[in-house]
Amino acid sequence: MHASARPVVSVNIPTGVSAMSREAAAALPMRMTISKVNFYYGSKQTLFDVNMAIANNKVTALIGPSGCGKSTLLRTFNRMHETVRSSRLEGEILLDGQNIMAQDVTQLRRRVGMVFQRPNPFPKSIFDNVAYGLKINGSKLPLAEAVEKSLRHAALWDEVKDHLHKSAYELSGGQQQRLCIARALAVEPEVLLLDEPCSALDPISTAKIEELLVQLKDLCTIAIVTHNMQQAARVSDFTAFLLVGQLIEFNATPHLFTTPSDPRTEAYITGRFG
Amino acid sequence: MNARLRWRKFVSGFMLTMTGVCTAVSVAVLFFILGYLVYHGGASINWNFFTKLPAPVGETGGGMANAIVGSAKLLLLASLFGVPIGFLGGIYLAEFSGSSVGFVVRYAADLLNGVPSIVIGIFAYALMVLPFKHYSTFAGAFALGLMMIPITLRSTEEFLHSVPRALREGSMALGASKWRTIASVVVPAAYRGIITAILLALARVAGETAPLLFTALSNRYWSSGWNQPTASLPVMIFTYAIAPYDDWHRQAWAAGLVLLGLILVVNILARAILARGSAVPRS
Repeated sequence: MHASARPVVSVNIPTGVSAMSREAAAALPMRMTISKVNFYYGSKQTLFDVNMAIANNKVTALIGPSGCGKSTLLRTFNRMHETVRSSRLEGEILLDGQNIMAQDVTQLRRRVGMVFQRPNPFPKSIFDNVAYGLKINGSKLPLAEAVEKSLRHAALWDEVKDHLHKSAYELSGGQQQRLCIARALAVEPEVLLLDEPCSALDPISTAKIEELLVQLKDLCTIAIVTHNMQQAARVSDFTAFLLVGQLIEFNATPHLFTTPSDPRTEAYITGRFG
Repeated sequence: MNARLRWRKFVSGFMLTMTGVCTAVSVAVLFFILGYLVYHGGASINWNFFTKLPAPVGETGGGMANAIVGSAKLLLLASLFGVPIGFLGGIYLAEFSGSSVGFVVRYAADLLNGVPSIVIGIFAYALMVLPFKHYSTFAGAFALGLMMIPITLRSTEEFLHSVPRALREGSMALGASKWRTIASVVVPAAYRGIITAILLALARVAGETAPLLFTALSNRYWSSGWNQPTASLPVMIFTYAIAPYDDWHRQAWAAGLVLLGLILVVNILARAILARGSAVPRS
């Protein structure tokens, strides 16, 4: 990744962010910028005028109570929202300065990968799961090498190297989720979106994935939705707090968790609701 | 124990007995039919039955080799015609159609499924027999294929619907197109169910007689081509059963036994495939 070559995009950070962090954030090269995003399911609006940015090679967390729109927001980043017929998106989302709505959607999703709430390996072998993305994108790379590389990145190689041709369903839940991460990494995405990746996992598997995310930062930019505030605090560099479809506060993680500027953020992170 | 309680106990016991007896009757019918077929036709099932042509009228012996092969040819052609249409239509219905189109297609398929087989036969007769002025294997297979379409279509749709949405999203999120997702993830996840459904559709039309009576007709010899009339097991049963010869009656029973055996085997096979479980574990 050539971080220095990326354009530095000035970010429209919502009011309530201190001058210091605004400067700190604005100095970072941004991989994605989200401006004035409104989102509707049918006639029901679920996101209201959201502005934020995803910093290059950092982990950005989206937190908030259930139904606040954090998953919806994440799903717009690679246009997964389009799988729901009645959905409608207004506003602009840029990836490396280019509007994602103007791009071919399959190309976009190759560049912006996604890992879902529940592990969703395909009914194929471990190997074929990881190779799937490479095959459909007509990759010329030697498959075996690419698969090994991705599994190593997902910290799964040592556990599965001797039975790559077993069904993916023979793995444990945590292993399946790391397999899904490996599958997403195989096509070398620039951004990896994770939608509550640990919500179906036990604490040990969760810890493994959190550790993994921190390592993956060097490889790609990460945006993660989590309902677990401790998780956001542990793994992320930036945190966005959403409430009923509105972005309440977006700031550097330590800043947001220690000195939240909005009373609603403070109420949420101190556990008074949600 | 007062009278009221005794009455309630009596009603309960009576209804339990009735439901049990009716269950036993339902199951017994199958075994009764099977036993009856074996009793009357079992003796006529021998090597000749499977390898010889029907004996000339007035002679005893002979077999139904031509009808067995004829049935196989009809079912093969019918599948080649009905299965792809039903399968691809089912994919469209499950994956692409909106709710209003879906409603219409589903309704139409269910109606087509309910059309009496004799009506399908007349339709095939008008379309495939009258214009060519002769009966043919093609016409019979066309009629049977028509009957396979709605069954294949509806069950393909149902089994595709049972594939978790998460699998589709997982594939789309990797940059796969919709068709690629369907072809390499969704259909493989549902293939066992779909194959089962196709086998059951095949078993269902294997015994159809009415649509064949005026399409494939019958034939006492080997059919000389796909474009010619052919014998088939159900029509042979019909012809032999109403004939005035005892030997033909025995052969009709034997043919019924073979046909039923075939359908049982297909059903058991279908169940075995499904019992191996869905390709995707339920979460």
